[in-house]
Amino acid sequence: MSLVVESVAKRFDRFPALKGVSFSAPKGCFLALLGPSGSGKTTLLRILGGLEFAEAGRVKFEDGDWLALPARERRAGFVFQQYALFRHMTVAKNIAFGLEVRGRRHRPPRGEISRRVEELLSLVQLDGLGKRYPSQLSGGQRQRVALARALAIEPRMLLLDEPFGALDAKVRKELRMWLRHIHDKTGITTVFVTHDQEEAMELADLVAILNQGSIEQIGSPAEIRRSPASYFVADFIDSPIRPSAEQVVPFPETRAARH
Amino acid sequence: MTDATMTEFALPRPRAATADHPVARALLTATAMFFIALFLLLPLITVFAQALKNGVSTALAAIVEPDALSAVKMTLIAAGIAVPLNVVFGLAASWAISKFDFRGKSFLITLIDLPFSVSPVISGLVYVLLFGMMGWFGPWLREHDIKIIFAIPGIVLATMFVTFPFVARELIPLMSDQGRDEEEAATSLGASGLQTFRRVTLPNIKWGLLYGVLLCNARAMGEFGAVSVVSGHIRGQTNTMPLHIEVLYNDYQFVAAFAVASLLALLALVTLTVKTFLEWHYADEIAAVHKH
Repeated sequence: MSLVVESVAKRFDRFPALKGVSFSAPKGCFLALLGPSGSGKTTLLRILGGLEFAEAGRVKFEDGDWLALPARERRAGFVFQQYALFRHMTVAKNIAFGLEVRGRRHRPPRGEISRRVEELLSLVQLDGLGKRYPSQLSGGQRQRVALARALAIEPRMLLLDEPFGALDAKVRKELRMWLRHIHDKTGITTVFVTHDQEEAMELADLVAILNQGSIEQIGSPAEIRRSPASYFVADFIDSPIRPSAEQVVPFPETRAARH
Repeated sequence: MTDATMTEFALPRPRAATADHPVARALLTATAMFFIALFLLLPLITVFAQALKNGVSTALAAIVEPDALSAVKMTLIAAGIAVPLNVVFGLAASWAISKFDFRGKSFLITLIDLPFSVSPVISGLVYVLLFGMMGWFGPWLREHDIKIIFAIPGIVLATMFVTFPFVARELIPLMSDQGRDEEEAATSLGASGLQTFRRVTLPNIKWGLLYGVLLCNARAMGEFGAVSVVSGHIRGQTNTMPLHIEVLYNDYQFVAAFAVASLLALLALVTLTVKTFLEWHYADEIAAVHKH
């Protein structure tokens, strides 16, 4: 197992965002973190990216202590929901950023950087748009620039926070397949946050379903469809199958509704 | 087709739903223009007209006279120290307020506004009470032969106090609006804190920063009340330009007073021109930064 998360916990003020989450995923896996808003999926992703700190727990990645590395040394390509492109830089400058901030010894020569930028532009099918500014692009194009920028640093792990959340349904569907295609081409371990069960089930090798800071179930889409572990999971993925009696975990909302 | 049938079918002239009646629009514009002319343009013209009443050479003589030059120097020193320090403080404060959550944040925001709500006289007086001969630190300062009140340090302190909010006030809304996404992205791409600041944060706020600096500078050079309390009005030593103008005016040297005043006004006009030019020259870039 390449990515091992062990009882990671985090609170915001007094409200627990993650209540000791554990799971593992093989190398090169495409993992989706699926859950409603407030389930802790984004917090978990941000902890993996080093943008948020866990209060307890450990994360191992490729046999190293992942949480001990500061964010800038993790080489985790992070793609934000609102793109977070550098708005004062051209598309090409955005993509080159991760290479240009490297120390002199590790920085590729200028020609090499622009060659890599061209390569990435064509990978994300934006050939010839390098000189544009982010404000001159559509939402779908911006998100592809964000992905190219994350890929430029040759990331060890790719982290995507609801990357298609702000896009319309048609563009979403197109980009979804295209993202899977890029993942298969690069083989980078990818963690993808979404609240759209269709997106998660269609895209991922492994889906972890989160609810109120805990993982309700983790498994392949087929496994989850076949046997949802709780009423919550069955409900969330719109499954006609109800969990069998011995599997049932009490579902807090249903309990609350009865009072 | 006759004219009669034409009018029958003619539609009312298309107008935007939010457009006001042309008469109302003209009236509003005229009102605004009238007030600008009366309260802004006319006084400005008066300043220059009075200064040049007895010819250019008389006006110039009033400016190159030693006391006047000393006042110009004093003003430049005060602004030259206060403005950079306020830039540092403004950047630090707006960075802390917009990018982090901490205890006492709303208290800090209120505190930054204090100089705007307090009368400049009081701003000057607090420093006299603190550092004056009879003040809290007075005896200690006298023992160590440090002079703050009725000297340059006092003028700089008072100028800093009144100009405190300019840069921070300009940057806080800008930086809060931009959020921390871009900085987070830069960090995850391997940029150090300094690289993130220099390559991402600063370019995003540079126009706001420049605007804040210009306003801060204009106020630093023009401040009268607070500086008046701490300066002691020693001619040729602790008089800044506004104080020098007052002294001349009280001495009935109207032409000299207006000559120095027009120099001060000229500095303000240069500030505005620079700002307008930069905005015009970099219009595309500004639009790119502000649009999402």
